[in-house]
Amino acid sequence: MKKSRIRNIDQGAIMKLNKILKNAFLIAVACLALSACATSKKSTGQMQGDVYTGTDTVEYLASGVPDRVFFATNESVLTTASRETLRKQAAWLRKNSDVTIVLEGHADERGTREYNLALGERRANAAKDYLMTYGISSNRISVLSYGKERPVDSGSNPLAWSKNRRSVTVKAN
Amino acid sequence: MKRSLFILLLLFILIPFKTFALIEVDITRGNLNPLPIAVSPLSIDENSRKNFEKILQKKNIGSEISIVVEKNLKTSGLFNPLNKDAFLQAPDIANLKPRFEDWNLIKAQALITGKVNFVEEKLRVEFRLWDVLAGKEMMALAFTTVPNNWRRVGHIITDKVYERLTGEKGYFDTRIIYVAEEGPKTRRIKKLAIMDQDGANNKFLTLGNELVLTPRFNPTSQMVTYLSYFRNLPRVYLLDIETGMQEVVGDFPGMTFAPRFSPDGKKIIMSFAKDGNSDIYTMDLENRIVEKITDHPSIDTSPSFSPDGKYICFNSDRSGYQQIYIMNSDGGNVKRISFGKGLYGTPVWSPRGDLIAFTKLHKGKFYIGVMRTDGSGERLLTENFYQEAPSWSPNGRVLIFYRETETDDKGEGFSAKLWSIDLTGYNERLVDTPTDASDPSWSSLLSN
Repeated sequence: MKKSRIRNIDQGAIMKLNKILKNAFLIAVACLALSACATSKKSTGQMQGDVYTGTDTVEYLASGVPDRVFFATNESVLTTASRETLRKQAAWLRKNSDVTIVLEGHADERGTREYNLALGERRANAAKDYLMTYGISSNRISVLSYGKERPVDSGSNPLAWSKNRRSVTVKAN
Repeated sequence: MKRSLFILLLLFILIPFKTFALIEVDITRGNLNPLPIAVSPLSIDENSRKNFEKILQKKNIGSEISIVVEKNLKTSGLFNPLNKDAFLQAPDIANLKPRFEDWNLIKAQALITGKVNFVEEKLRVEFRLWDVLAGKEMMALAFTTVPNNWRRVGHIITDKVYERLTGEKGYFDTRIIYVAEEGPKTRRIKKLAIMDQDGANNKFLTLGNELVLTPRFNPTSQMVTYLSYFRNLPRVYLLDIETGMQEVVGDFPGMTFAPRFSPDGKKIIMSFAKDGNSDIYTMDLENRIVEKITDHPSIDTSPSFSPDGKYICFNSDRSGYQQIYIMNSDGGNVKRISFGKGLYGTPVWSPRGDLIAFTKLHKGKFYIGVMRTDGSGERLLTENFYQEAPSWSPNGRVLIFYRETETDDKGEGFSAKLWSIDLTGYNERLVDTPTDASDPSWSSLLSN
C-alpha cells in the first residue's frame, strides 16, 4: 500500500478485458465504495476516507475530462475514482495526439518540505505510469513536483488538505 | 567595639576578593537566572565621534556598538544586561578602572567597558571584560576595521565575552540565509534573503521571479546551495554570495532537491527524483563526479553529513513511513535510528557531532527535537501547529527553524516566521525578519 507500484498491477492486458469485465467491474467499484464508506472515520459529502471526492477545485481538459486526481495522506496509490479520471484523460490524449502534458504533483501542508517534494513527484509519476499503461507515450508527459508550495485551498483543515493532495494534468502546448 | 567593627568591615571588603573562581555561565541547562551584566557605552572622544557621525550617520557610535552587544547578550538568554540609567560611572573612567563597588551596588556581576577611536579613517575599538565580584579584569582586546563594519565589531565583542564566560565559542558574528515570503498562501512569492544573525543588514539575493527553497551555506559561508524552479525545472543551484554567480549543480534529467554541503565544502549531497523514486547522490564540485549513495525504491531525502564527514543522516520512508536513518558516507551500513511514535523528518547533524536535530509529526502536531546519533535520548524542544527545518548555530547550542500559522475558516491569516530555541528547550524567540520567512540556514562564525 505504501508504494506506488501500480504499473505492475495494471498492464495493457486490462484494456482488452475491459469490456468483458465491465459489469463485474462496476459491481466491484460499488462494493469498494460501500466498504470505504463503512470503514472510513470521516465521510463528508466531499471526502471518502481522507481522499477528496468533490469537484470544487476540478477543472476540465475537455468536456467530461477532469484535470486532476486526489490522494490519501502520505499515499501515492491511485483510487478507483482516480483511475477512472486518468482513463478519460488517456482517451482524450489518444484523440488529441499532438497534445503534450505536464503532470504537476502536490502534497498538503502537513509534511516537511523536502519529503513533500519527493511525495509530489511520486504522485505525479503514479498518474504518469497509469496514463502510459493506457497507451500514452512517455515522451508526451513530463512530471513536475511542487511539494507543498502551491496549495489550491489555503485552509488549515482536513478538507482543504484533501484538495491539495493532488496530481494535476496540465496541457503543455 | 570600634576594633571589631573595623574587622567586620574588613571582612566585607575581603570576602568578594576571596572569590578566586571567576564567574562562569553554565549553558548546559535552561538558564532561569541569567547573569546580570553591565554593558557600559563605549567611550569616545569628541573628535572621533564627529568623524564617525559624518561617515556612518550615527550620533554616537560607541553607544551604538554597546547596544548591539547588549541585544546579543539578552537574546542568548544567558545574560541579563542591566539598565544603563542605573550606571554610576562614566564610560571613559569605567574603562580605565571601574569602581567595582558602584557596579556591585546595581548587582552587576560582569561589566563590559571600552573605547572607540578614529584612527587613519578606520574604526579602532578596545574593550574589557571585568569580573565585578572578584574585582578583576578578565579580558582585554582591541580591533581595527573599516567603519562600516561597526555592527560586526559588536558581534565579535559578544562572541569573545560569551566564550570567556561560558567556555564555548559564540555564534553572534554570523549570518542567516533564508527564504523571504510574500503574497497569498496559494501563490507565494519566494526570494533568497540574507541577514546578520540579529536581523540587521537584510538583503534579498533573488528577485522572486521563480520559486526558491532550502538555501544552505557552505562551511566558509561564502557559497549557498539551494533549490530553484528556474524555467520550471526544479534543480539544485550553487550561488556565490559575493559575486552573485549562479550555476546548476550537475546535469540530472529530473528534479534535484534537498541539497547540503559536505563538511569540507567539496561536495554537495542532495536527492534526485526519477520515476517516482528519490535517491541520494553526491556531486564533487571540483571534478563534477556524481555518485549514487542510496539505491532504494522508497523516498530517500534530506541528507546531512556528520561533521567529520564519515556518516550521513537522512530521511526515508522505506519502513512505510518517514523515519530517520544513518549510513556510512559511501551509503553502506544503513541503520534506522528513529523509533518513537509519529513521523520523523529533516535530520540535521549537530556541528558538535553528538546530536541530530529533527522535525517530528505526531497526532497532528509538529515538534522540533534532538536525539543522539544512535537514536537514543530523544528530546522534544517545542510543539506547534506547524514547524520544521531546524538549522544549528555554529556552536551547536541554538536551533533556528520556521513556523507556519493555522489559517481561519476563510483560509486567511497565514504567516511563516523564523524562530530560535536553545538546545535546553528554553529561550524560544521570534527572529525578526522584514517579510515572512522560512527555511533558515545558519552560517559558520565569520571571524574567529
